[in-house]
Amino acid sequence: MGAEGFEQATFSGTGLACRRGGRTVFADLAFNLENGGALVLRGANGSGKTTLLRLMAGLSVPTAGQLAWNGTDAFDDPDAHGARTRFVGHLDGLKPSMTAAENLAFAAQLWGDGTAARVGGALEAFGLGRLAELPVRVLSAGQRHRLALARLMVVPAPLWLLDEPGNALDDDSQRALARVIADHRARGGMIVVAAHGAAPMSDGMTLDVSSFAAAIPPHWSDAA
Amino acid sequence: MSGFGVILARDLKLALRQSGDSLTAIGFFAIATVLFPFGVGPESEILARISGGVLWVTALLASLLSLERVFATDFEDGTLDQLLLSGTPVSLIVLAKVVAHWATTGIPLIIAAPILAPTLHLPASGYGPLLAALALGTPTLSLIGAVGAALVLGARRGGVLLSLLVLPLYVPVLIFGTAAVEAGITDMAVRPPLLVLAGMFVLALTMAPFATAVALRQAAQ
Repeated sequence: MGAEGFEQATFSGTGLACRRGGRTVFADLAFNLENGGALVLRGANGSGKTTLLRLMAGLSVPTAGQLAWNGTDAFDDPDAHGARTRFVGHLDGLKPSMTAAENLAFAAQLWGDGTAARVGGALEAFGLGRLAELPVRVLSAGQRHRLALARLMVVPAPLWLLDEPGNALDDDSQRALARVIADHRARGGMIVVAAHGAAPMSDGMTLDVSSFAAAIPPHWSDAA
Repeated sequence: MSGFGVILARDLKLALRQSGDSLTAIGFFAIATVLFPFGVGPESEILARISGGVLWVTALLASLLSLERVFATDFEDGTLDQLLLSGTPVSLIVLAKVVAHWATTGIPLIIAAPILAPTLHLPASGYGPLLAALALGTPTLSLIGAVGAALVLGARRGGVLLSLLVLPLYVPVLIFGTAAVEAGITDMAVRPPLLVLAGMFVLALTMAPFATAVALRQAAQ
């Protein structure tokens, strides 16, 4: 692991279904990812992109179907699956009263070997070097989001799950994100991105979550 | 195991920076206790008679005050997701947060109790059992409370719901905690109620973290 690359792995889902509040969000959904692979989740609002990402992280449990890492069920050991997963969702998961650097150092200790060696580099990659010693409370929404993305880099993990990472990012940060993702994939990392606009990588498979929806109520497709 | 220490250290650091929660609990404990001499009247015999129970009830309510925040802040800002994906067993995450809650609420209560006891004319022989009972009982309160705090995550008016859920479960601790103080005052054996408190602590320690872990995973769904 680390700079020399991630070990050979596959991450796949088969027959995945999810029910929320009594209705089926999607059903019979399948995907397959290998080292360096990228998957872009598309679909209307409410089609279940975020639900699918949380499911891939092992945070929620599918109603049906299987999620497998190297062929073994990811839910057999949710802690181990969590350890190989980095998730950036709509909530930043940052503590307002801690500084930017402290927030990343906490993640480094929590996930890794206890060293904060990569914190400086991660902050620089997203242009946050100047803000390292500022409490997160005073950062703007965009800066917080960049900090949450920078957290991806502090301890290497093979599977990145990003929920609309391009939102609230300026052009420079979009490019920084694309670079960081390219590096991650070059080392053999996998990535799943839910996106509305441009995805932060040019290649990769596209999965339209809407097309797995079971009986969408008519008012929904209008709302999108 | 390292995740336990990292989360505990972070929670203590956060509690130190936002000392409001701890201070509110202690302030509540002090004010609620001092209200009794005003309400009941200054007769030292009556006050001494009820002192153990009053201190326990107010300490228990004070510990409940800060309980709601144990998981709620992490849940609201998305930190809970990051913790659940840390590879640390969820029951250890829970234990770290419970220890932090006890250190920032339980320990200050134990320190404040003998300072407040004179306002209730607690007899000298009651101090030792009171401190011992609080030291054994307050960790149990934090452990039981954590289950409730995890269950009410995401609920509206979670604080009220939390007290309805948790307070009935606090009754055994209250009974034996008060009994220990009572025994000290009346020169009876103090050991039996303390041993029961210790037993309840062990029981809560072995069961509550796992129940809380299940509730947390459910809340993250």
